[in-house]
Amino acid sequence: MSTSFVTHQGSRYFWISLAFIILSIIIYAWHDPIPVPNGGTWYGYTLGTIGALMILWLLYLGKRKRNFAKGWGTTKGWVSAHVYFGSSLLVVATLHTGFQFGWNIHTLAYVLMCLVIFSGFFGVYAYVVYPNARNRVKKSRTRDDIFEQLQGVDQQLKKIVGDLPEEIGALVSSAIDRTEFGGGFLDQLRGNDKSKVMIDGVVVDNYNQDVVVENLVHKLTLAKGVETQMLAGLVKEYGVRQKLLGVIRTDIRLSAIQEIWLWFHVPMSFGLIAALAAHIVSVFIYW
Amino acid sequence: MGGNLYDIVVIGAGPGGLSAAARCAELNVPHVLLESSSKIANTIQKYQKGKHVMDEPGILPLRSPVDFTAGKREEILDIWETGIAHHKVNIQYGAEAKSISGEVGNFTIGLVNGDVVQGKHIILGIGMQGNPRQLGVPGDQADFIQYQLDDPDEYHNEHIAVIGAGDAAIENAIALSKNNTVYIVNRKDEFARAKEGNLNLILAAIDAENIACLYSSSPTEVELLEGDKFRGNLVLSTNVGVEKVPVHRVIGRLGAIPPRGLVESFGIEFPSKDMSAIPALTSQYESNVTGIYVIGALGGYPLTKQAMNQGYEVVEYILGHDVKPADHGLIQDKFKMLPYDNMEVDEVLTMMQERIPIFASVNALLFRELILDSSVHVFNVGDVVFEKDDYTNSFYTILEGGIKTVITEDLIISSGVGAFTGEGSLLSGRRRSATVIAGDQCILIETPRRTMLKLIASIESVKRVLDETFIVRQIQTKFAPKTNIKELEPIASRAVINSYIPGEIIMKEGDEGDTFHLIRSGSVTVSNEVDGKDVIRTYLPAGADIGEMALLGDTARSATIKATVKTETVSIDKEAFEMLLSRSPGLREELQAKTKERYQQNVTLQGDDGSEGLLSFLMNQGLGEATSALVIDETLCIGCDLCEQACAATHNGTSRLNRKAGPTHAHIHVPTSCRHCESPHCMKDCPPNAIQRMGGGGEVVIGDTCIGCGNCKQNCPYGVIEMAYKTKAPSSYWQWMLFGIGLRPGKGEVLDHGSENEIKKAVKCDLCIEQNNGPACVRACPTGAAMRLNPVEFVNLA
Repeated sequence: MSTSFVTHQGSRYFWISLAFIILSIIIYAWHDPIPVPNGGTWYGYTLGTIGALMILWLLYLGKRKRNFAKGWGTTKGWVSAHVYFGSSLLVVATLHTGFQFGWNIHTLAYVLMCLVIFSGFFGVYAYVVYPNARNRVKKSRTRDDIFEQLQGVDQQLKKIVGDLPEEIGALVSSAIDRTEFGGGFLDQLRGNDKSKVMIDGVVVDNYNQDVVVENLVHKLTLAKGVETQMLAGLVKEYGVRQKLLGVIRTDIRLSAIQEIWLWFHVPMSFGLIAALAAHIVSVFIYW
Repeated sequence: MGGNLYDIVVIGAGPGGLSAAARCAELNVPHVLLESSSKIANTIQKYQKGKHVMDEPGILPLRSPVDFTAGKREEILDIWETGIAHHKVNIQYGAEAKSISGEVGNFTIGLVNGDVVQGKHIILGIGMQGNPRQLGVPGDQADFIQYQLDDPDEYHNEHIAVIGAGDAAIENAIALSKNNTVYIVNRKDEFARAKEGNLNLILAAIDAENIACLYSSSPTEVELLEGDKFRGNLVLSTNVGVEKVPVHRVIGRLGAIPPRGLVESFGIEFPSKDMSAIPALTSQYESNVTGIYVIGALGGYPLTKQAMNQGYEVVEYILGHDVKPADHGLIQDKFKMLPYDNMEVDEVLTMMQERIPIFASVNALLFRELILDSSVHVFNVGDVVFEKDDYTNSFYTILEGGIKTVITEDLIISSGVGAFTGEGSLLSGRRRSATVIAGDQCILIETPRRTMLKLIASIESVKRVLDETFIVRQIQTKFAPKTNIKELEPIASRAVINSYIPGEIIMKEGDEGDTFHLIRSGSVTVSNEVDGKDVIRTYLPAGADIGEMALLGDTARSATIKATVKTETVSIDKEAFEMLLSRSPGLREELQAKTKERYQQNVTLQGDDGSEGLLSFLMNQGLGEATSALVIDETLCIGCDLCEQACAATHNGTSRLNRKAGPTHAHIHVPTSCRHCESPHCMKDCPPNAIQRMGGGGEVVIGDTCIGCGNCKQNCPYGVIEMAYKTKAPSSYWQWMLFGIGLRPGKGEVLDHGSENEIKKAVKCDLCIEQNNGPACVRACPTGAAMRLNPVEFVNLA
């Protein structure tokens, strides 16, 4: 039922781009400029103009996706076209260069463009793969649902420790208070877990809540009578907490990866615009 | 107190009663105003602090010695107090009427406190709220027992028992539990009557031990404790014996006793058993008991200003003065373009009732109200009144000329003066099934759905006529387009209307059956049992027919049909069906072809197991009654929130959808957003009738006339309506992008709401009816995750 931007309208923009690429290559092979193919021939200028206009159009997506009230077509259609037309630029621009590269502003523009496009490729991959992966990790729950469950577990934990020795209560509540998520972007990306816990007045690392679990299990093995049951309940509940925290952290990590490419894609696009402008100006003034 | 015979006794010091008594006082008519509580305007007293009271309908002039304009609850109550003091109204507080005897000129009113009041005429304005149900146990007069909670923050560190299991009890208990020790006393062992949101809240609170719940417990006594830490013991009878709960305060939230029983005991008759029925009244508000007049909400007029006007008018009528009702001018304006220049308004109204049989039995007052709600249209020949597949649902009656109903190109039916059309969409909430074109000199009265539904609920004969017509027209359109409607009447008269509650089974797989059903309103699921589990195969909306296989020879039901929502069907038995088959050539073959198709469909769906859980999940979310539901495919959603931003940007900065909220099953997420129900719950009780179904997609839209009462929010089971201040449209993209000025597009800015006139109004999804290209949320989704679907399309989701 739901069709993604990849297969939008029977992948219409894929076919259009493909036709355009093939046509460009055929013309490139057919035209025989003197001395060699380059950006300065009639075909070079044509491809260059098309490429430059296309870059502007591709950049316009940032505005178009916020044209909520009006605007032609759907955002999904625009994204689909953005992906395929953007990819075709790789061929168009390469043909425009006539395979002449060097240490100059022209090649810089070309390289930036390639980087933008490749980061875009990763974006397509990310958008196709990660939402599904995240949904599976979360077992069809929203992140809010999981946080809510976590809160429930924390409340339950606090209730159980109410009847246990104070030191266990202090251990559990310090672990709850010092549980950390997210952090900086790098932390998110790596799925770092900076959770801590205070044991005997010393704050120690509590990666994956392991220290607390270990501690509770140790206490369980030493416990007697009613306390054994209560501690067993506590450990079981803490296991649930550990799992929920793992899910949240994985989700944060996956969503960071899902978005990371935009941190390159967008700034480099602006870099590309600057380099492109320099490229065009220098061509017209100094050629 | 006895011995004093008043000319006019007014019962109930609501807006209507106050106005009536003040008019009496102004004219020096001996009168008394009896109020059961200790303050005037009980209903408005119960509003929360600072609530804005509206003065709709704005076009209606106020006619009362007591002033009234829209404003804060406190200001209005203050003006009224001053008003009655100024006019020296003779008011008695704590005077609750319990009986009326005698006749006009000499009524005797017995009060609960044992007093007796005598009067020549009685004006009854006791509203619809009724009185709160009392505990009814020894000791329930103690001063720490209350039936209302104005401000939960008033109480600290008290032990409070809240008695009741409804929404009011739960809301009070939760609000009080912040600062107090709270017990909730529930007569049953579950909270069956509560809304889902409240149910979750109370169960969580009980679980977290923030509130102690006493299940299966009923109060038997309240013991007073003198000089104790606590003020009393609430004695409860429980499953395990008697339990005593020491308390400082008891709050009874046991619902209200509807005033109908009391009113009937006064001898006033209601025309139908329907609880929303209103007593039959003359155009001068007089009931069937001569000398007893009914005004305000009890008489069917829930709006404050109307009630006040009636209070004034009814006194004038009793005194024999000839006053025109306050709405006279309004109706006159409505009739302005009609060719009845030389007729009085009342004459035109009478003529309308004479000409249109379905309105003949409506009492004059109700008909006047109906016309006030309706519009009268003069059409040119050939004008389209409404078009097939329109989502409008008003009801048309023919006053002059005639209409042509185009069902198909071959089937065109003409109707003349007195006939009606539009009953199909009115009753089913579905699209128009035919196009109606005006004939020569055509004048039609268009009555809104809400007004008609009120009428149907009040007057049995109107309901009967509409039902019969609906059935015969349905049968004709569906099965026998070439047969004359007269010939179908005997078949239609054998048809039965059945209603089913959500989840009720209409027919069960494997059962023998020989009736055939046409879904009139609501919708059903078709399911089969697979490995002992009920697997939903498909969904059928109103208009579909079910069970015809049984009539064509195969008597065992091939699937289970269950109502997804409140559903009504028209059922036809085998004999009537045979009659139908004999009268409509070709029908047997047509139905056989359809049956074959359905068998084939069953086979295709049999192999498809992916959709089963999903369909059940979607139905459990109440999406069976949706016409356009927002669902998100989680395999595509990147969480960018452009859907919400788009919604906010197209709705003055407030998003009407909450992407993150709502449940998910497999890969389908159902965010909190209006699903535009078949029979919208929100429309049920909207005093200014501001919620309308319109547009080609049946968008349910809240209009500008919203008075902010919040009824729709209360009535919506899906929590998609918000009360919000007006917000400013978002700022310009380029200003934000280049200079960082203003908010990001899609962020709203609440307008200054300090002003008196600014109130929170109801907002919800309108399917972007003002945009040309459809819902902005779907259009803004970059990956194709967001979809708006009709339930019929759910099958494709798996």
